[in-house]
Amino acid sequence: MDIIVCIKQVPDTKDVRLDPETNTLAREGVESIMNPFDRHALEEAVRIKEELGGTVIALSMGPPQAEAVLREAISCGADEGVLVSDRAFAGADTWATSYTLARAVVTLGNFDLILCGKQAIDGDTAQVGPGMASQLKLPYVTCVQKLRTMDETGLVVERMMDDGYDVVRLPLPALLTVVKDINEPRVPSLKGKMRAKKAEIRILHAADIGAEEQCIGLAGSPTKVVSVFTPKPRGNRTVFSGTPAEQVEQLFAQLRDIL
Amino acid sequence: MDYFLTEEQQMIVDTAREIAREKIIPVRAELDERNEFPTSILKDMAKADLFGVFVPEEFGGLGGGCFEIVLVLEELARGCVGVATSFAANALGIFPVMIAGSQEQKEHYLPDIASGRRWAAFGLTEASAGSDASGVRTTAVLDGDEWVLNGTKQWITNGGEAQIYSIVAMTDPSKGPRGASIFIVEDGDPGFSYGKKEDKMGIRASATRELIMKDCRIPKDRLVGRKGTGFITVMKTLDISRPGIASLGVGLGQAALDEAVVYAKQRVQFGKPIISFQAVQHMLADMAIQLEAARALVYATARHIDGNAKEVSKVSSMCKVFASDMAMKVTTDAVQVLGGYGYMREYPVEKMMRDAKILQIYEGTNQIQRNVIGQELNKEYAA
Repeated sequence: MDIIVCIKQVPDTKDVRLDPETNTLAREGVESIMNPFDRHALEEAVRIKEELGGTVIALSMGPPQAEAVLREAISCGADEGVLVSDRAFAGADTWATSYTLARAVVTLGNFDLILCGKQAIDGDTAQVGPGMASQLKLPYVTCVQKLRTMDETGLVVERMMDDGYDVVRLPLPALLTVVKDINEPRVPSLKGKMRAKKAEIRILHAADIGAEEQCIGLAGSPTKVVSVFTPKPRGNRTVFSGTPAEQVEQLFAQLRDIL
Repeated sequence: MDYFLTEEQQMIVDTAREIAREKIIPVRAELDERNEFPTSILKDMAKADLFGVFVPEEFGGLGGGCFEIVLVLEELARGCVGVATSFAANALGIFPVMIAGSQEQKEHYLPDIASGRRWAAFGLTEASAGSDASGVRTTAVLDGDEWVLNGTKQWITNGGEAQIYSIVAMTDPSKGPRGASIFIVEDGDPGFSYGKKEDKMGIRASATRELIMKDCRIPKDRLVGRKGTGFITVMKTLDISRPGIASLGVGLGQAALDEAVVYAKQRVQFGKPIISFQAVQHMLADMAIQLEAARALVYATARHIDGNAKEVSKVSSMCKVFASDMAMKVTTDAVQVLGGYGYMREYPVEKMMRDAKILQIYEGTNQIQRNVIGQELNKEYAA
């Protein structure tokens, strides 16, 4: 089973704040980490490899320093790291990013499965996984909480829903995005870290993946950010206490006052 | 303080620290309360290659020495000494094979230890043989192509959880210590069983059980080293394992100091954080002084051993005594700094204080260690 795992380097949200002047992320001095959901996708890929054999390629799109998360992926069990990086990709929205990553996947060639995290913790859009699947015309399932069975013909997965889960069967090749419940990621191994240190990270530029100029970067991004602002607080909150019956009474009293 | 670790050693520290932070600390109170063996954490350690740290590269390990074990154990003990003890006992259990085993035995057992597929344990102590190791009553008699073992081992760490046991048995009781040999007994061998799991004061995540051998028959080739050399191997084993116990004290002392300082900074009395009071500052300062001195001695000893030094017993005993006494003192003082909160199970320092006590007792009581140091001094000054 040959698997591609998409991994994004993100600022550690524990440290992130908005610059009140410009309304953009203040990234100075903020540590970069592997997107937490992607860590679960990687763990699942490595577990599948350990059980069924095959290879795991970690794929990332980002600036040259994103190489660090690919090395980390290798230390956690990925065989190889591929970084899609080019100045021409700057300003890409989720659609242009999906296109770019899809081109990179086509360039890499054969694969059975693509795994992504549910979403990145910086943008929180959850669009790139499904976007890639659309570009690649692959069947996909988002928010996978469990891989039930898997063989050469296809897989059966559980998709997390608000009130339970769906069981979905889909053929291979396919794309899945995963939630944290799917597994508990391992600590990078010592031999993995040593391998990661020496590993050569393959860099793919725009020309290497045959990307069309109008489809990448700002030019390929239909999303236009008109303005960014910090929403005003929405007024006072009230927390009722006491027994449920008392709380309901208090709530009704307050609603009566309003009405 | 900078101890000039190599890049690889720093990697080992980081990995063990991550295991402690991610896998041990979140569950340590629960393991302690339930007296539960940390099987899944040991599997996590195996995946992270920590079991391979001290196994030679030719058998699938990373080829580290005593110092690398010390680094791992210190970090694990910052999380939980009970969990770290299970790791230490595994190393102790396989040392006899590494020291005196045949090439075939090494090829058979070491790759499984390095990968964490199987764990080891060390069976020396008996009801009548504690500090006086020559009181071993377990016997081994050769019967055709098999050794037949009879006897009961007591308080064996990893007992019932490990799959490979280094057992000390008398092959010639009339010769005293020169009549002892070491055998490998495996889980599932006929006549080999386990007694009840002990209910301990501390290190409750570790498993301590009796090993019972009743006409236990094992193949002839399970003898480790030559017949009658068992005690020499035991002494060599303990010489290199004691810095590991010392490092458990260092890790535990560090954890207790961390808790005490953080608490002292946030606890306000008389309108000020209690760390601003000299009485508290001096306690914390003494804890830090003792801790760093212990760490320096343990690291120096481990490096001395890895340098293939000839005389290691004295320093090995010295670091075990110093670091374990330090851990007892520092954890007791940490409880004092936290006051009433420190005495409550809700806070981690009371467990640390319970865990510390064993370090002064197992792998040779601190009194026996002082005997060793005294005897070595006597020898040194004889010339």
